[in-house]
Amino acid sequence: MTDEFADKDVLLTIKDLRIEGRSDETWNEIVHGVDITLRKGEVLGLIGESGAGKSTVGLAAMGFTRDGCRISDGTIDFDGIDLRAASAGDRRALMGKRIAYVAQSAAASFNPSHKLIDQYSEAPVQHGVMGKSEAESDATDLYRRMQLPDPDNIGFRYPHQVSGGQLQRAMTAMAMACRPDLIIFDEPTTALDVTTQIEVLAAIRNIVEEFDTAAIYITHDLAVVAQMADRIKVLLKGDEVEESDTASMLSDPQEDYTKSLWAVRSYARPEQPPVAAGETPVVSVRNVTAGYGSIDVLKDVNFDIYAKRTVAVVGESGSGKSTTARVITGLLPPRKGEILFDGQTLPSDYRKRSRDQLRQAQMIYQMADTALNPKLRLRELIGRPAQMYLGLQGKALTERIRQLLDLIELEPDEYIDRLPSELSGGQKQRIGIARALAAEPKFIICDEVTSALDQLVAEGILRLLDKLQNEFDLAYMFITHDLATVRSIADEVVVMKEGKVVAQGPKLEMFQPPHDPYTELLLSSVPEMDPNWLSDLLKARGEA
Amino acid sequence: MSHIWSMIGKRLALGLLTLFIVSVLIFLATELLPGDFAEEFLGQSATEETVAALRRELGLDQPMHIRYIDWLTGALQGDFGNSLSNRRPVSELIGGRFGNTLFLAAYAAAIAVPLSLALGILAALYRNSFFDRFANAAALTAISFPEFFLAYILIVWLAGAGGLFPSMANLRGDPSFGDMLYRTFLPALTMTLVVTAHMMRMTRAAIINLLASPYIEMARLKGMSPMRVVVKHALPNALAPIINVIALNLAYLITGVVLVEVVFVYPGLGQLMVDSVASRDMPVVQGVALIFAAAYVLLNLTADVLATLSNPRLVHRR
Amino acid sequence: MNIIMPLVWIAAVCAAAMAAGWIFRTVAVAVSPRAIAKALKSAPLTASFGMLMILIYIVGAFLAPAIAPFSETEIVGREFQPWDDVHLLGTDSLGRDMLSRLIYGARNTVGIAFATTIIAFAIGSITGLLAATVGGWMDQTLSRAVDVLMAIPALIFSLLLLSIFGTSVVTLILVIAIIDSTRVFRLARSVALNIVVMDYIEAAKLRGEGLWRLITREILPNATAPLVAEFGLRFCFVFLTISALSFLGLGIQPPTADWGSMVKENATLITFGDITPLLPAGAIALLTVSVNFVVDWQLHRASGLKD
Repeated sequence: MTDEFADKDVLLTIKDLRIEGRSDETWNEIVHGVDITLRKGEVLGLIGESGAGKSTVGLAAMGFTRDGCRISDGTIDFDGIDLRAASAGDRRALMGKRIAYVAQSAAASFNPSHKLIDQYSEAPVQHGVMGKSEAESDATDLYRRMQLPDPDNIGFRYPHQVSGGQLQRAMTAMAMACRPDLIIFDEPTTALDVTTQIEVLAAIRNIVEEFDTAAIYITHDLAVVAQMADRIKVLLKGDEVEESDTASMLSDPQEDYTKSLWAVRSYARPEQPPVAAGETPVVSVRNVTAGYGSIDVLKDVNFDIYAKRTVAVVGESGSGKSTTARVITGLLPPRKGEILFDGQTLPSDYRKRSRDQLRQAQMIYQMADTALNPKLRLRELIGRPAQMYLGLQGKALTERIRQLLDLIELEPDEYIDRLPSELSGGQKQRIGIARALAAEPKFIICDEVTSALDQLVAEGILRLLDKLQNEFDLAYMFITHDLATVRSIADEVVVMKEGKVVAQGPKLEMFQPPHDPYTELLLSSVPEMDPNWLSDLLKARGEA
Repeated sequence: MSHIWSMIGKRLALGLLTLFIVSVLIFLATELLPGDFAEEFLGQSATEETVAALRRELGLDQPMHIRYIDWLTGALQGDFGNSLSNRRPVSELIGGRFGNTLFLAAYAAAIAVPLSLALGILAALYRNSFFDRFANAAALTAISFPEFFLAYILIVWLAGAGGLFPSMANLRGDPSFGDMLYRTFLPALTMTLVVTAHMMRMTRAAIINLLASPYIEMARLKGMSPMRVVVKHALPNALAPIINVIALNLAYLITGVVLVEVVFVYPGLGQLMVDSVASRDMPVVQGVALIFAAAYVLLNLTADVLATLSNPRLVHRR
Repeated sequence: MNIIMPLVWIAAVCAAAMAAGWIFRTVAVAVSPRAIAKALKSAPLTASFGMLMILIYIVGAFLAPAIAPFSETEIVGREFQPWDDVHLLGTDSLGRDMLSRLIYGARNTVGIAFATTIIAFAIGSITGLLAATVGGWMDQTLSRAVDVLMAIPALIFSLLLLSIFGTSVVTLILVIAIIDSTRVFRLARSVALNIVVMDYIEAAKLRGEGLWRLITREILPNATAPLVAEFGLRFCFVFLTISALSFLGLGIQPPTADWGSMVKENATLITFGDITPLLPAGAIALLTVSVNFVVDWQLHRASGLKD
């Protein structure tokens, strides 16, 4: 524990917290004895991968469990109040007043039927902290401190009229309404773009410091937690791994699991030799303008993808990267421009493409859950393209399916007759890869294939894609918003913003200055593990 | 706000168009027969002359579109032609009966709508409790009973020898309003039971559907009481489905009275329609069907407009 | 009649029904294979009772000639004979055996309702899936047509059509099936629309799969659960509609033994306090309740498994 807080009063003590979840009509323990001690004004970072139980523990700190969960053992003591023994009414009297919560998706967590300011004033008015008009002027004040635009009027809007980053700040303001002693932040910036994330992080940190509020900050992103927390606790599958102050946790992790989390970011694809002059690109996007209705989502987009090369298309939400993929696959015929494949023009509508043209370009999706038909077994999921395009039948087909399962490092005998629901997230994504490979394509579009996965699993997928690229001379188009992913796998980078390509070139050039202003903003916004990164950046930007 | 009015204007236009097509369908229904209606209606014993006379009477000697325009313009002025069985104008037959049917439907709605909303909200609030399970099972049972079964059970139970209420809901002798309510209590109760069950279940489902939303969890985490969470946070967002449920059931009340009217010998439109269907008195059947369909379309249209107005995303655009 | 006594009776009947449900569930769990037994164990008593009743109706329908003491149309006694040893439930308005007609009714009324539901389902789900999958003009045309058909209340529409085509069993089945298929269309289409936006459908389209395979292999397997539940609900609705029409004298025609018309024919007895005519109505209610209980359980299970 840092000395900074050692002399402060303890606010929250959780001892040996055990939580059970109900599935298949039985209760199974999902949190196996977690201890937390939090002093006034202190921020504890709670990190772990999906299924670690971070949110469950965070909510339990309020004495709250979601439907289908229950606290089975342990004690939760908040400022001398035993939250497990307290009545529901007593707990409600604390929630929103002394302990507040900030959810991951502000867009979903604001009630669509009420104005922001009415939702702000609900807790203070209902808990009897202040009157309605007092709460409203207080809201305006906090909106201003959270650097929301037009703080006098923004509260009188409905949630759907406000952008995601602003909503997240408005939600933090709402949590502050009763000036609570403790706030639980549950992945508050995960759904945001990197450039928006910075503003929200800065606003949250300021307000927490200003009111000396204690906080539990839950996230899966190490670099983010490094900026926010005084101490970090690592969780894995409902168990504590280790805990220490932020600086020593970053510089000197003790446990193997923590070390492996830290190490993920080191993977990088080896440098590729330059493309031979005069080589024909596998795919050329030429002067493409496309859109829906009367709006152009893409404006004059140009780039080439060569065999054995990976082009990373980078941009924030709404930049047009996924639309580019839809144009290439023929789902969205462009208004202007064309797609060339091996130098030949492709019909703009996929329904007019030949079976062989369809076979040559395959796609791997972001959400393996929705990309695999849940009612089909792996045999059919992987086998269907081989059967359809290559005419394989019977034994030859089974043999091919087994080969493909081998390629994606899944044991054929064990997996061939499974349903997607019987696989883990990473395994499902591997099946998506196998399905693409089964067509024996030249070119694969990977649409945010790792963004729904935990870092360690994502790393495995990236390594596998790399291996397959070398083995089958594949060309990849890699759509991503994550610059760390770009750093590990790209040969060339295309940066998109608002439907236009703002920069493109070899990876090394792109990560070296000078950048164009947007690329600069994008690169500098990616959080780094240095605990002083955010402060330094804000200072630098403030001076510029 | 102008966009919302143009949206509502579009809905209204669409409703009128639907009504127009429905009127065409009802009119054309008689044309679906292989022969023509006059032959079919009079059967084999008919002579050439009687068939020809009926054809003239029905206007079957005119081209179809002329007949339709005649029929529709007549209907719009309240003239649906003459009944085939007793030669009286259809409008005269419909006259007071329409008011009686509306009275019965309104009576049932006045009990059913508030009752079912309250029960639905309570069931959602105390979901999976004994009250919820019991209400749910009782509602399912009521829905599953044919209306005439419910009606007869109520007659046997409440109107039998020395019973509390009359089993025949006649309105002879110009009764007072209170007397009307008393005489039509059993038919109204029958319809209330069926409709309340439906509405209660759908209200409960609409609210429970929303209780899993993150903003409901947020309200609970702000320390709001379960009642406030349901009434203040879930209910406003469940308005659109609930309005639709109410409209659907009001529409059902207006058309579903047919059976109840027959059981209680109530002089309403439904009974007129059943009698006319049995005697294949097409002008009456068409007239009554058009009135029912118009009421149905208008109710759905009203629900549609109200549901639109209850959605802040549509009312307050970015 | 006393106002309170019936309530006591209702409570007693409910208790007996739940006890029957409990016994059925215990037996069914014991004799079923393990996978099914596990699902059955979770069935509430209402659903267990429902399953038991459905089973009894099915047996009754198939074995009617063997179980019924008399034939369905033969006049075997005086009119409105009271209950006795020969005619356990007495005789009807023409002197036919009430019990026998009740048993044959399971075959006639339920059979016709079942056939109607199947036709309605075939038409509605095929067009609904097509509309959702093909989209564009096909969806527009079918959906608008269904909108218009649904703008006429179902009972009124069927009365209108029956008054034109007359009342035979075949027209009855076709008229109800077509009107009901619009409701099935709506559901099948909305279920399929939720599936069509999935990435695996996009993947199948980009693979070059034809419409037939798209519908049968990719969409249908994911739509069966809601469609099966809907089948139960539609059956109840069709069954009630046909019974109502028969009760009005516009449905299944005499001398076929049918529950709706049996109530109508013998309704005069009710005014004398004899509840015999309510038995066929009770038979209708009991089957509908049973199906609804089972469907409700299935829907609850499906929604529970989702989250």
